Amino acid sequence: MTQADTTFLNFKHETPAGSGITLDVTRAIGETDSRPATDRPAGPADIDNPKIEVRGLDFYYGKFHALHDIHMRIPERQVTAFIGPSGCGKSTLLRAFNRIYDLYPGQRASGEILLDGRNILDRREDINTLRARVGMVFQKPTPFPMSIYDNIAFGVRLYERLSRLEMDGRVEWALKKAALWDEVKDILKQSGKALSGGQQQRLCIARAIAVKPEVVLLDEPASALDPISTLKIEELVSELKESYTIAIVTHNMQQAARVSDYTAFMYLGKLIEFNDTQTLFTNPGTKQTEDYITGRFG
Amino acid sequence: MRNASVDIYTRRKAVNIFNLTASAITTLIGLFFLSWLLWVLFEQGISHFDWNLLTLDTPGPGDETGGLRNAIVGSLLLTGVGVLIGAPVGVLAGTYLAEFGRYALISHAVRFINDVLLSAPSIVIGVFVYEIMVIPMGNFSGWSGAVALSIIVIPVVVRTTEDMMRLVPDSMREAAAALGAPQWKIVTNVVLKAAISGVMTGILLAIARIAGETAPLLFTALNNQFFTLNMDEPMSNLPVMIFNFAMGPYDNWHDLAWAGSLLITLTVLTLNILTRFLLRPKK
Repeated sequence: MTQADTTFLNFKHETPAGSGITLDVTRAIGETDSRPATDRPAGPADIDNPKIEVRGLDFYYGKFHALHDIHMRIPERQVTAFIGPSGCGKSTLLRAFNRIYDLYPGQRASGEILLDGRNILDRREDINTLRARVGMVFQKPTPFPMSIYDNIAFGVRLYERLSRLEMDGRVEWALKKAALWDEVKDILKQSGKALSGGQQQRLCIARAIAVKPEVVLLDEPASALDPISTLKIEELVSELKESYTIAIVTHNMQQAARVSDYTAFMYLGKLIEFNDTQTLFTNPGTKQTEDYITGRFG
Repeated sequence: MRNASVDIYTRRKAVNIFNLTASAITTLIGLFFLSWLLWVLFEQGISHFDWNLLTLDTPGPGDETGGLRNAIVGSLLLTGVGVLIGAPVGVLAGTYLAEFGRYALISHAVRFINDVLLSAPSIVIGVFVYEIMVIPMGNFSGWSGAVALSIIVIPVVVRTTEDMMRLVPDSMREAAAALGAPQWKIVTNVVLKAAISGVMTGILLAIARIAGETAPLLFTALNNQFFTLNMDEPMSNLPVMIFNFAMGPYDNWHDLAWAGSLLITLTVLTLNILTRFLLRPKK
């Protein structure tokens, strides 16, 4: 409860009063949700203290209505996987969690996404601070045109002033976390583009965790990689959940089953089913989920 | 059926041979004139490449000896100042079009006007600067020449900067944004860094473009028989020197015009090779 109380205090200090606050506070200090059970977000009942809570999220690409009324709670320090056929909106949902869609005019979201109880869709939220808290790794590796060292240091320098020594330590720490240190420790000054695809992707993961975010979003991080690199990334994900809340989009159901604690199945912009991974794969609650995971469509 | 497919095959082969031959011949025609031009330039110009060219100033009527010192230095100054004015404006405007104002309505207008400016006859630019600078200042000057050249530099640099920055994939911008980087940091630390060789190439191409421009200088820097570093005065430069000397009555003037032409051509050639070098794919 202490943590929740702190959240509540920060929250009260930083946000001017507005609608929705009472609800958030109630949730943050742990009082029972007064809404009837039918109104609850789809999903497992045991997520009491979600890191991210999505309430009535709709998303539009221009006129195209891509996400319909999504409700879900994403648990802290667990891996939540999003599966579903192409175009079902799973990447779109992920891209809403750090508002990366804001880069493009015409893309917009309505509803609420609460990160530790604060609505990040609120216009007053500082988008850069949000993104420093919610890191993201993309489908294709995107090393910056600079050295391996600077690739990691770039993000860190945005928000922290570290001495040379501290920065060296941080870079090493991040590369070790991403299981890349042994391969690159002697070539830190070389361009990040000179690495192999799998190494580049682990560099991107190192870069994302170097800024010490609270949430890491992974958008099909292994789909462009060979099986060995994929395995390494999967091992990494399992390890990272010790300290981070992880949301991963994947096309690969085996991957979802292997790495995640919770799985969300999406179809045509709707969240069809959300449950703990074991239950969703062994005892799916809907016909659509069952058809998808047994390979009958999608 | 079989015959028909053989017919199609034979016909395709014939068309292929025809197109191949035609494109080879036209390439050869182009190369022929280019090498002819270079050959004549070398033949006429190389014999006058000596120290006098660099140490003596342009000869007046009747002078026996002379060089191009004042014209070379003048050209370097005019081109240098022109690029110093034009390149920053061009890079900033190109960055605006590619990044900050990518979706802004005004960008469409700016792009269109830039394209018009890109193809504007350079003599029009000369007359324009004559009107806005030479007349108010009361005399021809190096400054007005540099400004006229910078107006030619700007659209070239705007265009190449925008094109090169747009070649940087959006995934790169997203990756930087996802770390919490504000837009100006994304642009300067990531996009510009990725596009820098292309941007530099654009600037070099702009230098190559203005190195031989004559018309805008005729109305602005004009010419000067004497050596000067004072940009408030009329200033000698290679293109106008060539224009005057080639039409002059003296043989040594003609020789110097040839030497000057070769010098400009070699400079432009070097710049072009340099851009190739800059743009070569990294290993």
